[in-house]
Amino acid sequence: MPSAARAALPAAGLVLVAALTGCVSNATPGAAGATGTAAAGRTVTVTSTADACTLSTATAPAGTLTFAVSNAGTDVTEFYLLSGDGDRVVAEVENIGPGLSRELVVQVPPGRYLATCKPGMTGDGLRETFTVTGAGATADPTGAAAAALASARTTYVAYVRAQVAALLPATQEFAAAVTAGDDERARSLYPSARAHYERIEPVAESFGDLDAELDARQADLAAGQAWTGWHLLEKDLWPPAAAANGGTPYTPLTTAQRAAAATDLVATTRRLADLVDAPTFTVEPFQITNGAKELLDEVATGKVTGEEEVWSHTDLSDVQANVDGAREAYVAVADAVRAGDGALVDELDQRFANLDALLAHYGSAAAGFTPYDELTPAQVKQLAAAVDAVAEPLSRLTAAVTGA
Amino acid sequence: MAGEATDAPAQRRQWTVSRRAFLGLGSALAVGGAAAGLGGERLVDRAAAPRPAADIVPFTGTHQAGIVTPAQDRMYTAAFDLTTTSRADLVALLRRWTVMAARLTAGLPAGPLGPASGPADAPPDDTGEATDLPPAHLTLTVGFGRSLFVGRGHDDPFGLAARLPGGLVTLPRFAGDALDPARSDGDLVVQACADDPQVAVHAIRNLSRAAFGVATVRWTQLGYGRTSSTSTSQTTPRNLFGFKDGTANITAEDSDALAAHVWVAASDAAADTTDSRWLTGGTYLVARRIRMHLETWDRSSLGEQEAVVGRDKGEGAPLSGGTERTEPDLSRRGPSGALLVPADSHVRLAHPTTNGGVRLLRRGYSFTDGNDALGRLDAGLFFVAFVRDPRTHFVPLQTRLAGRDAMTEYLQHTGSGLWAVPPGVASVPLGRDGTPTLTPAGPFLGEGLFS
Repeated sequence: MPSAARAALPAAGLVLVAALTGCVSNATPGAAGATGTAAAGRTVTVTSTADACTLSTATAPAGTLTFAVSNAGTDVTEFYLLSGDGDRVVAEVENIGPGLSRELVVQVPPGRYLATCKPGMTGDGLRETFTVTGAGATADPTGAAAAALASARTTYVAYVRAQVAALLPATQEFAAAVTAGDDERARSLYPSARAHYERIEPVAESFGDLDAELDARQADLAAGQAWTGWHLLEKDLWPPAAAANGGTPYTPLTTAQRAAAATDLVATTRRLADLVDAPTFTVEPFQITNGAKELLDEVATGKVTGEEEVWSHTDLSDVQANVDGAREAYVAVADAVRAGDGALVDELDQRFANLDALLAHYGSAAAGFTPYDELTPAQVKQLAAAVDAVAEPLSRLTAAVTGA
Repeated sequence: MAGEATDAPAQRRQWTVSRRAFLGLGSALAVGGAAAGLGGERLVDRAAAPRPAADIVPFTGTHQAGIVTPAQDRMYTAAFDLTTTSRADLVALLRRWTVMAARLTAGLPAGPLGPASGPADAPPDDTGEATDLPPAHLTLTVGFGRSLFVGRGHDDPFGLAARLPGGLVTLPRFAGDALDPARSDGDLVVQACADDPQVAVHAIRNLSRAAFGVATVRWTQLGYGRTSSTSTSQTTPRNLFGFKDGTANITAEDSDALAAHVWVAASDAAADTTDSRWLTGGTYLVARRIRMHLETWDRSSLGEQEAVVGRDKGEGAPLSGGTERTEPDLSRRGPSGALLVPADSHVRLAHPTTNGGVRLLRRGYSFTDGNDALGRLDAGLFFVAFVRDPRTHFVPLQTRLAGRDAMTEYLQHTGSGLWAVPPGVASVPLGRDGTPTLTPAGPFLGEGLFS
């Protein structure tokens, strides 16, 4: 788990929760990729006050536009680009505090729109006609990107449910071995059972304390904080020497403590299964891609340093699972991104392939991996570089998705 | 670069004059009273003297300098462990350090002979690398660690256990702590701050030289780029996350807040079970070496970065609106009901209203100590805060931050320390040359602890 339990899926208030066409969340033009760069010279400034929504221009050529929205009023405001009939939100940016500014990058086809400020965030807002002229680049004229994103959500939800469906029996099997005192079997089941969890960990993190209950490392805990989950049992299955235990001999769990920890692990996993199996469980496209990025962050800050599996040294199994989960999330949205940013898709395909090839040197999910403590410093550095190589373009994926 | 070649000597000369000017003039600035009639005749060039006065922070005073002093640009902090068990040795060290600190902060060499005079067969009594540099607002601030009072093996080598102030606690383990003992704690600490890193390093180097046989350096930390303002005259700097840091800090001008949150009051000693009256007028220094995971931070979106901090990145305004100095409106919500300043944002969790009204005087610096084996910068924030009582002003706050702050995902605390910082000294004895000089019974920092 990350160093602090936090909601992995970002505050929706800051990410534009937009219709599935045409909006790029919070992007800084020029910094976030090709879309932003194209928009740099095509900025419409919007000033929102209590009684006016003032645009620097009432017309613009079709293509990628940046609306630079400043809130000059005293209420929190929102900005919407509505269809000409006012019925459909093309793009929006919300939660702009007084005195603050936000940028909205959006691909706009020709037509008549209503640029709308909503100070105080109620009512129909202050609407100004905004005309997009010419036959410039049009966003998703056939609706293919929108359809691809809808499909991505379905695909990814199914993936999450499948992983959790496999996680639960694998956890039960592991817990049974632990309770029966069959340490050898428990040790062999540990990495493969956890892999199902590591593939979808950001989803668990989105459910409050679940991740901390299942996956807290001892190093994450504060003084006096209770410890539950996988790593409590990891330590008991791979008991450390005193020198690796802060200088004091490790005290094994009693039979009763072990059984209680195993029962608790299964019960918490079942709660996770119930949550993702609920009919209301869904994910937004930006959550899929942010989750992919977070999985790679996990690898970069925890696994590639050997801090995650500090007693079992099965870190590479977690790395493979995190990478698998990130790739699955990426593949789910790749079709939606390809039309707008084919270069990003090509780059990610290549770098995921390089990382997979490197990991294959050390084992596989089926056969197990080389223990982390047997890697040389040069091998660890090579692995970290391959992870960073994926993580960097992956960090541009959310903007590419919300702009698709 | 012909222009540079001709300019440089002139500049050096000017600085030489500035420093030497204090052989006479500095005495008045640094030690007061007794200096008034002394030594002006030895000034090299009186006309050049007024300028450096602005570069000197007075060493003497009710409180030690380097706390409410407008934060200098650079910091070099050193923690020391005593190698002696002799109380007399410890007192002698503190007396040596006090005089040396009075000299160094005035732009004088560490010893009376200076770096380039004295017997040819003896090493110079100053190491010399600051000779041509201005005083650069150097301050030296000394503090005492808990181990000085209770010993590292819970013995009491200096007979100080009965003087342990209540706030000098063992800090609890906070969630996620990855503390390296070799970067933590220490019997003594000296914080050197200056606008020139070489001036700060020169000071620590000479103080550690004076400690050989009595104390050894446990760890040091070089900081560049102040991350706090401690005066309303200073603009808010940015930390390595690229955000303004320390906007809501306590400033030197806010005497009410200093009294309430920074200086230890006589009533605090009265509440202790030990005799800690010696700390009245002092404070506590909390240091945390906080490594920042810059590589993963840099991959997070602007929206996430701002949500983590709770401020916008450009202006530094709270996400509830306004400008940098606007108080965050922690209850303001957006249309979907979400808090504008998110529940797990740093600004919210560190805000006084979330922490029973407590405030800290922060005085941290960015650091970059090379890189780790994976090619990542070993960089971050050397957090320094001065507080009236760590039990109320740091432990609850850090417990809250470590457990809930969204920022902790990008942070790792790798070093920690807490020291009691005694009040200042009122005066320093002057020698025949009008400069601070060592005398057998001269006042020294922390003298009250030993009386």
